[in-house]
Amino acid sequence: MPVQTAAPKIEVRASAPAPVPGKAKVSVRELNFFYGRVQALHDISLDIPERIVMAFIGPSGCGKSTFLRTLNRMNDVIPGTRVGGQVSIDGHDIYAPGTDVVELRRRVGMVFQKSNPFPKSIFDNVAYGLRINKITSSSSELADRVEQALKDAALWNEVKDRLKSSALSLSGGQQQRLCIARALAIRPEVLLMDEPASALDPIATSKIEELIFELKAQYTIVIVTHNMQQAARVSDTTAFFLLGKLIEVNSTEKMFTAPNEKLTEDYITGRFG
Amino acid sequence: MAKNVDYDYIRRANSAFMTTLTGLCTLIAVGALAVILFYIAWQGIGSLNFRFLVDTPRPVGEGGGIGNAIVGSLVLLLISSAFGLPLGICVGVYLSEIGRGRFGGAVRFIVDTLTGIPSIVTGVFVYAILVLPMKHFSALAGGAALALIMIPIVARTTEEMLKLVPHSLREGALALGAPQWRVTLGVVIPAAAPGIATGAMLAIARVSGETAPLLFTAFGSRFFPSSLNEPIASLTVQIYNYAISPYDEWHAQAWAATLVLMTLVLGINIIVRFLTRKKF
Repeated sequence: MPVQTAAPKIEVRASAPAPVPGKAKVSVRELNFFYGRVQALHDISLDIPERIVMAFIGPSGCGKSTFLRTLNRMNDVIPGTRVGGQVSIDGHDIYAPGTDVVELRRRVGMVFQKSNPFPKSIFDNVAYGLRINKITSSSSELADRVEQALKDAALWNEVKDRLKSSALSLSGGQQQRLCIARALAIRPEVLLMDEPASALDPIATSKIEELIFELKAQYTIVIVTHNMQQAARVSDTTAFFLLGKLIEVNSTEKMFTAPNEKLTEDYITGRFG
Repeated sequence: MAKNVDYDYIRRANSAFMTTLTGLCTLIAVGALAVILFYIAWQGIGSLNFRFLVDTPRPVGEGGGIGNAIVGSLVLLLISSAFGLPLGICVGVYLSEIGRGRFGGAVRFIVDTLTGIPSIVTGVFVYAILVLPMKHFSALAGGAALALIMIPIVARTTEEMLKLVPHSLREGALALGAPQWRVTLGVVIPAAAPGIATGAMLAIARVSGETAPLLFTAFGSRFFPSSLNEPIASLTVQIYNYAISPYDEWHAQAWAATLVLMTLVLGINIIVRFLTRKKF
């Protein structure tokens, strides 16, 4: 794995570098983002260390989802958007000309706010990424990878007897775990989760949260959440966004007990947002 | 309290009135269709027998049938579907998935205009560009005219059906590293397949009832087709010829042929529905 060289020191406004181990997997420098003429992100600089869970919090419309989507270039599909600055993964700028976006998205998986299983069977949903990327060479290997992904997503026991039935027959929480399994099947290095539990009931939510905890041993996980308790429960590091600006990045523990910024404190204590 | 009761009463009365009104409108529309169907069946069933379905037309008084017209209509539908459906679906995919700019808008406008062109104009057009240079009527020219009528219908319904596929499905596939064309082919089109098939079916049903464009192109024939390069019979033209004739026997045969045509369209409907029934 290429090691990032000559990375600038973490510089996130007034706060100290996040006190977490591991080298930076994703490194963002002075990122600006525009929807047409509207600037949605302002000079974001942030390092996401390897194999941790980083949570993005902030009020609606603060740009946390937009920022998440710049990390696998999902915003490319929205017409009229523009990106400035640098996003590097393992030291390679993903916005450099000639970047293979398909390859990038294979390495940076994504789980969406609303579960979006394909109208195919459970098996075919998980196998989709493996098939299109021609990752497996035999059908038994494919079946193994699908099984492993479903196990990783804690869904295997519930669906192992009906892999051929429609993914749409699953419950909402199961569908979301299926989407996680689908993303895990191609073994991405980074997993982006855009409010993965916001449409789920508390039991399904706690399953997803347990899952995130399990997954961080292997993956670098970035999770956008509206729910501050959730951020506190699942993440090691938290980043607070407000009006398209990154206000503070800190260890989650520090963030929720003694944040460096007044704005962060105001938000966390519920004075606004 | 009293006022609330009054209001409640008005609201209920209003709701009952509107329900009755929509029910009545439905009844009138469906009733008219049912009357047409039953009248055709009643008029047509008398002359319908096996011989009628397989024989070729004969002079008045000698019976004869519409076997060649049934085969001709099916051949014409096959030719037009073979060209019209793939082209129309491709245009629809282009409009929905690729052409979002100014050019796409122009294409959409042209397609909408084409939908409104009277079918006889399409017939005359094909007569001018195919029949005149070839110097004879042919099944191919008839199929081409029908295909031209199909394309805009199929294109627009395909576009609408593809637009109904949630954007989140496309993003889900893209996020797994799927290139655009695989997203369209492997996720978006399958998700919209039942709707696209319905559009195709509507187009087939529409052209199977067309007479005007065939008058100048397929022309009609009294024999079973032996080549695509010669005039070919069709149910609609046969019905037209029989219906304007002065003979009662031919009028009865026209009714029977109408019944066959209707059954044919219904049959195609059922088959396509069965083939594209929602699997997931």
